[in-house]
Amino acid sequence: MTDIERPTGDAPMHWFEDFHVGDMIDLGCRTVSREEIVAFAAAWDPQPMHLEDAAGDASLLAGLSASGWHTGSLVMRMFCDNFLLRSSSLGSPGIDTLKWKTPVHPGDTLRVVLEVSEMRTSGSRPRLGFVRGSFLVTNQRGETVMTMESTLMMGRRGVA
Amino acid sequence: MRHLEAFTPGEIVELGRWTFTAEAIVAFARDFDPQPFHLDEEAGKASLFGGLAASGWHVACAWMRLWIDHQNRVMAEAAARGERLPVAGPSPGFDDMRWTKPVLAGQTITYRTTFVSTRAFASRPGWGVVNSLNEGFDERGDRVFHFTGHVFMPTRG
Repeated sequence: MTDIERPTGDAPMHWFEDFHVGDMIDLGCRTVSREEIVAFAAAWDPQPMHLEDAAGDASLLAGLSASGWHTGSLVMRMFCDNFLLRSSSLGSPGIDTLKWKTPVHPGDTLRVVLEVSEMRTSGSRPRLGFVRGSFLVTNQRGETVMTMESTLMMGRRGVA
Repeated sequence: MRHLEAFTPGEIVELGRWTFTAEAIVAFARDFDPQPFHLDEEAGKASLFGGLAASGWHVACAWMRLWIDHQNRVMAEAAARGERLPVAGPSPGFDDMRWTKPVLAGQTITYRTTFVSTRAFASRPGWGVVNSLNEGFDERGDRVFHFTGHVFMPTRG
């Protein structure tokens, strides 16, 4: 994993008020290696199809493939690096739905785009707003790898 | 793991416990979710979480690891009896994942899975899906995490 580069002390660039329904936010690209697929699976999802070529070939996923939890965690990292670490993020209450559509094999390159679908302020907590978004994850062949509908809690500009 | 027909709605499987040390919280966050409240105690205290909090993906991954460990135990016990159980298929995804309370450094979460329903696929003979409610509880018994999971399973026929 690359080291974390975060401008400390800088004011966030993205607040709740900077989102608009329909915004498409490019979260970049990321190539996934065999070594990281196997290392993640050994730690969190030690099923043979994520650890060994022969078991991967014999599975419904047709080849050694990344754990779906790995794909989700990598998308989280891309979201952090390319957006969230320069935002007023306050966390997330959850994920409404996530679908794994196509397996991720070694050498595949993921591309992630977030579309803002809904925004609302909080009645009980004036300092935060909720931003709902759809994540679309595709691979280098343009196939949909994963989709996710999730809600973010974002700080509001000028509200302490 | 089991054939689709062998899953009983309402059946509960206790998966065991997982402790989230500060070191493990930071290590996971550095790899996958390097937001300040997952990396630093002071930043965590200043956040809505009130302390160094595990990434939600970390809390979910611990469930997955305990579920696979359970599955492997079941398979090994069957093998010891000379039985051969079917291998579970992949998961198409999940719904309604909620992090209802932060998991803070030092906490131990107890996970369990409840089988909710099964459905055989008309379009794909030999396979069906098992739907389950997966939950994590803190030391006080408060639910901190839950989601509805789906896993493909072979049918007996």
